[in-house]
Amino acid sequence: MSGQKVIELVKVNKVYDMGAEVQVNALKDISLVIEKGEYVAIMGPSGSGKTTLMNILGCLDTPTSGLYLFDGVNVSDMNDNELAKIRNQGIGFVFQTFNLIPRSDALHNVELPLIYSGVPVAERKDRAKKTLEMVGLGERVHHKPNELSGGQRQRVAIARALINNPSIILADEPTGNLDSKTGDEIMLFLEELHKKGNTIILVTHEEYIAEHSRRIIRIRDGMIESDLPIEKNGKVKVHHDAEKAASSIGVKG
Amino acid sequence: MTLGSELKEGLKLSYAALKANKARAALTMLGIIIGIVSVTLMGAAISGLTNAFNNSISSIGADVLYVQKWPWGGGDQEWWKYRNRRDMKIDYADKIRKDATLLSAVAPVVQRLGTLKYSNRVANNVMVEGTTSDLSYVSNMSFIEGRFFTDIESRGDRPLAVLGSDVADQLFPNQDPVGKTVKINGLTFRVIGVRSKQGSFLGMFSLDNLVIIPIGQFQNIYGTHFHPTIEARVVNKNDMGDAIEELRGIMRKIRGLSPYQEDDFSINQQDLLSNAFDKIATIIGGVGFFVTALSLFVGGIGIMNIMFVSVTERTKEIGIRKALGARRRTILAQFLIESSLICLGGGLVGLAISYPLSMLVDKFLPTSMPVSLAFIGIMISLAVGVVSGIVPALRASRLDPVDALRYE
Repeated sequence: MSGQKVIELVKVNKVYDMGAEVQVNALKDISLVIEKGEYVAIMGPSGSGKTTLMNILGCLDTPTSGLYLFDGVNVSDMNDNELAKIRNQGIGFVFQTFNLIPRSDALHNVELPLIYSGVPVAERKDRAKKTLEMVGLGERVHHKPNELSGGQRQRVAIARALINNPSIILADEPTGNLDSKTGDEIMLFLEELHKKGNTIILVTHEEYIAEHSRRIIRIRDGMIESDLPIEKNGKVKVHHDAEKAASSIGVKG
Repeated sequence: MTLGSELKEGLKLSYAALKANKARAALTMLGIIIGIVSVTLMGAAISGLTNAFNNSISSIGADVLYVQKWPWGGGDQEWWKYRNRRDMKIDYADKIRKDATLLSAVAPVVQRLGTLKYSNRVANNVMVEGTTSDLSYVSNMSFIEGRFFTDIESRGDRPLAVLGSDVADQLFPNQDPVGKTVKINGLTFRVIGVRSKQGSFLGMFSLDNLVIIPIGQFQNIYGTHFHPTIEARVVNKNDMGDAIEELRGIMRKIRGLSPYQEDDFSINQQDLLSNAFDKIATIIGGVGFFVTALSLFVGGIGIMNIMFVSVTERTKEIGIRKALGARRRTILAQFLIESSLICLGGGLVGLAISYPLSMLVDKFLPTSMPVSLAFIGIMISLAVGVVSGIVPALRASRLDPVDALRYE
């Protein structure tokens, strides 16, 4: 690990106004550091605040209070367009339901982030083709999503996530809609990406999937329940609780 | 992302979206098509009428004054005041010519419908005009062949006739009319000239279906109780105002009016007629465009409706695009382009329908569709697209990415 902080959350809160003066505190004082090259899994049961945390990490949403530094830049009070730029260039999303544009072929789907960052046509076609070749879909560039298998669709989505060389890859239940064999293939692929030095954040509720990562952050009731590194054999090496993780910020890096 | 590539990308996307919903796009377009057809047809009818009117009144001449009992365009007094005025007399023309310095030619003109015959050919409902030789100067006449009658011929009331081109064609289909004799209501006239073609008034009646004879001959046929219009040509068009004042003074003297009496005659000119026409055209145009604008408005509501449906349907897609870094502007442009494309398509189809339709209508009513009108039609349809697309597009661009991604 280089020790360079990619993500730093300091006492982040998210409060949802449900109307009628009912407020839901989805995230409570979350503090968290993720460094370049890490492979982190975020786990938690439904209603734990895991999705809210992912939305904030993915710059799809902003915290109610607290500080979020992405690559050292404060994104907590950015406006829509500034966030769009961070999402475009800093984050690669991989979704459970693939979220490909149904009417566009694989190539155009992979091109999209480049279109939004204004890369000229020739260059982006070239890059999109190369990235699709890298995920093993060089023969299927002109297939529409409905002409591809689930695993192939997810690989298109991964190619799309990779194309802009993002600082993090944010994978939300990437195997949730796949059979276990195809799911394993995708996890192997993410493993390869990690080895190449990509920072990966995996959001899942499956222990088996989370164990592919190197560090598991467990969320419960809007708080970090535990934050544990994993040994290569999959066993937990050290255990320290949320309080410790929070207080360790500032010492790390 | 540059504006150009955004536009290109938006066009591609919109085209794909419309192709995916062909029937819906076509039905939505129908509203705009109907709107554009009615707007352009309305415009074509009005511009056609205006053209026809302008062509028609050019035969009246911008530098000719008409002294008559009735004012053109209705005047501003009670109609009975005009009716009670004294009638015009033929000898006014000579009196005016004697005193006027700013008028070059003055002619009395009397008219009546009559019948012309040449051997076994007959022309019915021909306008028979009695006048003096001055008329050829007043209305700057030109001739296909022959000439007008001279001052001496006119004063001698010689039985001579100048034919309009329609009458000439009808009575003398394959021969030269000049030198032939025709009968007007039984009296014999020798044809000395054929006037060049004048066209028609508002496309309704021909100005060439006439015969001109000396005024004394006219009285021989129809009697002396016809009251003339006095037509006078102004020497210099720039002196129009002065010439009218001079003519007015002379007429008041002829009529023997005291300084306290109102004019009991009207001096008419082309302007009065075109003013009156402009007023009518403005009213017709205003009402017509209001009605047609309503149909466009309804079409626009249809577009807005469909765009809302389209935005709702594609909420998830909008979420994906936002997650991948599409800015508000990009999403806004995408939907605006889509609604504009529907309207532009509707506008083009509308023009393709109304252009041949206007040619068909032209057979009954003068109609013309200038390029500018087609251009305006296209602009209007684009404007409808933008206006009716803006609210749905704004809604799409402001969608929250989290909510949009979660939408199923």
